Amino acid sequence: MKYTLFLGCNIPARVQQYQLSAKAICDHLDIELAPVKEFMCCGYPMRSIDEFVFLLSAARNLAMAENRNEDLMVLCKCCYGNLKTAQFHLKENTSLQEKINKILKKENLTYKGNIKVKHFLSVLHKDIGINKLKSCIKTKYKKLNIAASVGCHALRPGNITQFDTPATPTVFDDLVKLTGAKAIDWSKKSECCGAPLLGINDDLSQHIMEKKLSDARQNGADFITVACPYSFLQFDNFQYQIAQKNGDWQILAPVLYSQLLGLSMGISPMRLGFAENQININSLTSYLSKEDTKTNARENSHD
Amino acid sequence: MAVSIRFVLNVVNSIGRLVMFFDILLYASLMICFIGISYRIFFWTKKSIGYHPSSGTQRLSSLIRGVVSTLFSLSIFRLVKSLIFDVLLQGRILKTSLLRWVMHILMFIGFTALIIMHALDAIITENLFTYYYSTINPFFFLRSLFGLMVLLGIIIAILRRYIFKPARLKNAKSDLFALILVFIIILSGIALEGIKMTSVSEFTVMVEDYAGLDYEDEDIIALETYWVKEFALVSARIESPFDSNALTLGLETHETNCMDCHSPNKSAFLGYIAAKMLSPVAIFLDKRNGVSIFYYFHIISCFLALALVPFSKMFHMVATPISLFTNAVKAPPVTNNNTTGNHMISGNHPMSGNQLTKQLMELDACTHCSTCNLNCSAGMIYEAVQNDYILPSQKILALKKAANGQELMSKEFTALFQGLYLCTNCDRCTVVCPSGIHLKSLWISSRENLIQQNLIRQNPGGQNSGQTNSANPFILTGFSFVRGLNKSFIEQKDYNEPLTKTFETVIPPEKTGISDTIDLDAPKNEFYTQTGLYPFSLPQTDTFSHCFGCRNCSTICPVVADFDHPQNQLTLMPHQIMYSMGLGMVDLAKDSAMIWNCLGCYQCQENCPQNVNVCDILFALKNKTFNLLQESSS
Repeated sequence: MKYTLFLGCNIPARVQQYQLSAKAICDHLDIELAPVKEFMCCGYPMRSIDEFVFLLSAARNLAMAENRNEDLMVLCKCCYGNLKTAQFHLKENTSLQEKINKILKKENLTYKGNIKVKHFLSVLHKDIGINKLKSCIKTKYKKLNIAASVGCHALRPGNITQFDTPATPTVFDDLVKLTGAKAIDWSKKSECCGAPLLGINDDLSQHIMEKKLSDARQNGADFITVACPYSFLQFDNFQYQIAQKNGDWQILAPVLYSQLLGLSMGISPMRLGFAENQININSLTSYLSKEDTKTNARENSHD
Repeated sequence: MAVSIRFVLNVVNSIGRLVMFFDILLYASLMICFIGISYRIFFWTKKSIGYHPSSGTQRLSSLIRGVVSTLFSLSIFRLVKSLIFDVLLQGRILKTSLLRWVMHILMFIGFTALIIMHALDAIITENLFTYYYSTINPFFFLRSLFGLMVLLGIIIAILRRYIFKPARLKNAKSDLFALILVFIIILSGIALEGIKMTSVSEFTVMVEDYAGLDYEDEDIIALETYWVKEFALVSARIESPFDSNALTLGLETHETNCMDCHSPNKSAFLGYIAAKMLSPVAIFLDKRNGVSIFYYFHIISCFLALALVPFSKMFHMVATPISLFTNAVKAPPVTNNNTTGNHMISGNHPMSGNQLTKQLMELDACTHCSTCNLNCSAGMIYEAVQNDYILPSQKILALKKAANGQELMSKEFTALFQGLYLCTNCDRCTVVCPSGIHLKSLWISSRENLIQQNLIRQNPGGQNSGQTNSANPFILTGFSFVRGLNKSFIEQKDYNEPLTKTFETVIPPEKTGISDTIDLDAPKNEFYTQTGLYPFSLPQTDTFSHCFGCRNCSTICPVVADFDHPQNQLTLMPHQIMYSMGLGMVDLAKDSAMIWNCLGCYQCQENCPQNVNVCDILFALKNKTFNLLQESSS
């Protein structure tokens, strides 16, 4: 299997470990990833300023990806949601397409709208499949409670993103469960992490995050798992900043899903970039059950 | 007799003047160069383009301390590594573009070698090689080879910059000036060599000085014949077809007297080509002292370039290696990760004094190569907004201007501010910069500086001046995310004030808290047009008219849920905004605090039973308000 990889802005700059761990997993699963260094910003931050520029930015990336014959795999949920949104609005809107293609022409690009955009989790869930993933697990987690934070922009608007059922999302929980961890049931799993307001209204951003984290904690979560750099930075960096100032703060450590899955696949914490996390997640290894439960399965899968 | 003595005196005199003239020029340009470089380096510690909470730090002394402590630590190994890979082999250029690397390495090796082997031959080459003569191989040949390398480099540079110019590559006058200057130096050098080859007077001097033969000798005529044929010499008395006896004798004479100190002119191929090209006018030029005219032209252009090193793009020869060294030793920790820990110690705070000094140095290290522009994630924003300052290389130019103390005109300030803010902080410019400039910390620091300056500009009389237009609409957008992540580097007051001021302007206090009644007769505006909301909005943002007031959106909104008195604090809740829009009261809707506190999480839109695109409408209102604010503040 081969995909064009879209990283966006945050991952290469601030969440390198997501890139590292996702690539390590793809290596493990024989997924070939083609990084395109000419990709630009997906347009997400421009939405508050000028939605035409947002569409243009998204369309430029999509046009670039269309020149390759592979589906586009996106790691960031905000990038994913925005690329999907742009595709949705550009579909059958020829006047808008023309306006955009006029600008893209400068770089010999044309937006056609004929590429599939998939989030990393969808690739794992649908294209690879739960069974194949299960067979790749080397050591299952034991007595590990994980709160899976779905991520707004992948989930909603559901008619556009088509990532999961917005009211009752299960994709992320399924992916957590196959590692042996328990995906806890919590009411705020598809709520916003608060990151969009960081830098604008920090108090509100903090409250939104606080409510979400405390809901996860109250439902017994040992870690919160995410598959989006915005959520990750919010839970890792911003939470850490708050905890530094507020001694009573109880930290709920975030772990990228690619790190969670990778560790159970037997990939080393170093390759998964554990050291890059601001909030230490080394204790995750202590949840790995001692015996290699899936040795047989692994052998089978190699046949 | 008297005539010949006067002639000899004249010759001695003119040689003396020549030597003096050369020396005066050399020392003057060296002096200008040296003073200029010292001034520029001193300047680094004096000016500031970045945000620095604690002013009055002794930047010069902390710089010296920093340099000394680095040199006497294990970092010295990293410096050596950087010297080899970054400075000499220019690995950072190779990483971004093979063509650019070929171009620059050709110029770099060619020019450096010419300086060492040719310009400094009396100091370096003569001492290394006892048999050195500028006219023997390999030196004779190498001079041409190095010259050719530089010329090829210049040609590639011109093709890249002006012919095959990729989108978003930017040229400045200084780029062209530098290319032309180097081009003139090389070309004048080649022309000088060429004219010397053709010159009979040069030939005569050589014959007298080295061979000790008399000009009218048969041997000399033969030698001259041989040189006209083989060495591109142009003589009035010898023309093709050549006398074969003379050629044989000439070769013999050449082998006995000249060959040891003069390799064939063809080996200096560029000079030889120039000689051939000059041959039709060679006699004319030789009679009018062409060699010394060309000589002066060449040395004056060289000395001009030397004197201009500190004041032109050429200064990158000094600043860029320093930039590469400093960033090889310590890059400031302006990312989210590990903001605490060791990085924070030892004055490596991204906004500390040494960082301010480093930033000034880095502005000089920029060669305006546009690699950053070509890799900039905000490229499409630039294409749509058409503000040059969105592109990194152009921001550097503006920041240089600001550092030089030139007051930015308010239009330019606004443009630079926009350029600095419309950055997605992907840090790619930092990764690709061939000069190793830590652009990301430059942006974060100078952006913060401008945010603070903006407050002062908007509010010149201080807090009590009564002016309330302190709006900085950019700060209310997703571009502020990285500012939020880096807030620990900014003093709390400085961090909060621009935000509170902007919120106060956007949502004036008199508008917070909705009145019990709404004036339905208030003037409706033309804001909503056939094509959607001004200036542009996504399709289906007219769906507010489907709203039947079930309040699902406001009930599910996590922002509304966070407020004790949402209607007071947010002015309008989402359902009320949809309703206002339906009533044509767009002003009421767009001035609500709700739209700037919207997370964009799409809960409202997802849960609307009437398929109203609530969240998209909120985004459209943001666009509208943002544009109005930007118009009013500029």
